[in-house]
Amino acid sequence: MANIKNSTKKTKAQSMGMHTEALTGKTQQKFFNPDEAENFFYWGTHDVDFNKRTEIDVKDMDCNEANKKIDSLMSEGYGTIVIKNPQGKHSLGVGILNKLNLIFEGSLGYFGIGSIDGPIVRVNGRVGWSCAENMMAGKVVIEKNAGSCFGAAIRGGDLICKGSVGARTGIDQKGGSIIVGGDAGAFTGFMMQRGRIVILGNVGINLGDSMYDGTIYVGGKIGSFGSDAVKAPMTKNDMDWLKRKLKVAEIGSDFDVSKMTKVVAGKKLWNYDALEPTEKKGAI
Amino acid sequence: MAKKKNNKKQTKGQLGKKKETAREKMIGQTIGYRYDVNLLPDYKKLTPFLKKYIEHMGWDDLNWLEDVHMGYEENRPAVFDRNANGWVTIPKKIKLPDNQQDRDMIARELLVKFQMSPNHPLVDLKKAYRKF
Repeated sequence: MANIKNSTKKTKAQSMGMHTEALTGKTQQKFFNPDEAENFFYWGTHDVDFNKRTEIDVKDMDCNEANKKIDSLMSEGYGTIVIKNPQGKHSLGVGILNKLNLIFEGSLGYFGIGSIDGPIVRVNGRVGWSCAENMMAGKVVIEKNAGSCFGAAIRGGDLICKGSVGARTGIDQKGGSIIVGGDAGAFTGFMMQRGRIVILGNVGINLGDSMYDGTIYVGGKIGSFGSDAVKAPMTKNDMDWLKRKLKVAEIGSDFDVSKMTKVVAGKKLWNYDALEPTEKKGAI
Repeated sequence: MAKKKNNKKQTKGQLGKKKETAREKMIGQTIGYRYDVNLLPDYKKLTPFLKKYIEHMGWDDLNWLEDVHMGYEENRPAVFDRNANGWVTIPKKIKLPDNQQDRDMIARELLVKFQMSPNHPLVDLKKAYRKF
């Protein structure tokens, strides 16, 4: 965070007084304590056992009831939960901050498994819009196809779709890896800021439009590049990572990663800074 | 006549290595990341703690920690905690290696310990606001 108040040498903008209003007092300085104990789960979450397995039928439950049921099963120590008859319900399996094996026997509707932090999820069907939106950590495997905005604003973890995905996959991505076995629609990686997208098939128009950072790997044809998305050379490190990740994703074991196209940000659009609004105000 | 040697002191660390653009000089802040956010982890450098963590979570690799790197806050090594939305500064008594891959592994280990600690700043917020 920018704490420019303490710097000794004044910049032109500082002497113009542009920093005093917007940029002071934002630093939250926290020091790491080297004596912290080893602990593998967040405070208030449950230490579950993967070998303790149960099933629930959510046919007659709404998403709220189903999500609360999952939470209560985790509090009893169940580490493997099978959800029967999800029947395309929206917002199922959201907000799980635990380690867990979660298996959906069927398809999910919109915003499924959003904001998760840790679980390993398998969906034996399709998913609707914005699957795993804001995912923080864990692994999600979709056995069939996914709708638009797959992995929107994902922050971390591995999000895998063995089939094809819709438009705006990885929009606003801030970390993690999105791996698609089939094709992807238009505006894949739109405004992505960090992380990696791997598409083994073809991708639609405007790939990586306005991307700030991050990397996109494409195995098939590219419809067109978006604004400020450029090709980059593949390195050995890239290829090693791709081979390992495809193994984790359970797809493309015999895929020739050396022929993939690597796309990164051209960084021509980099002009973001906190002073811009103040300067504009001054200009008016 | 021999040219005078430029004794201008250079800023230490990654932050100073990058040549500032005219825009950065003018606004007094760095545009973009100060370290390579796209650096892929070297799995040969995994620490025993991280191996244990991966095994505990049932993952195949570093998962979300692939995106964690040792960065800088006010010219001191620090790791960004996305949960608290702030930098966690590394105390001076922890000695850090020069290699970025090794530093990143240490950053990952420290961050997991910090986030899972009952002393994490979000614990109080959770106690006060959690719904169920």
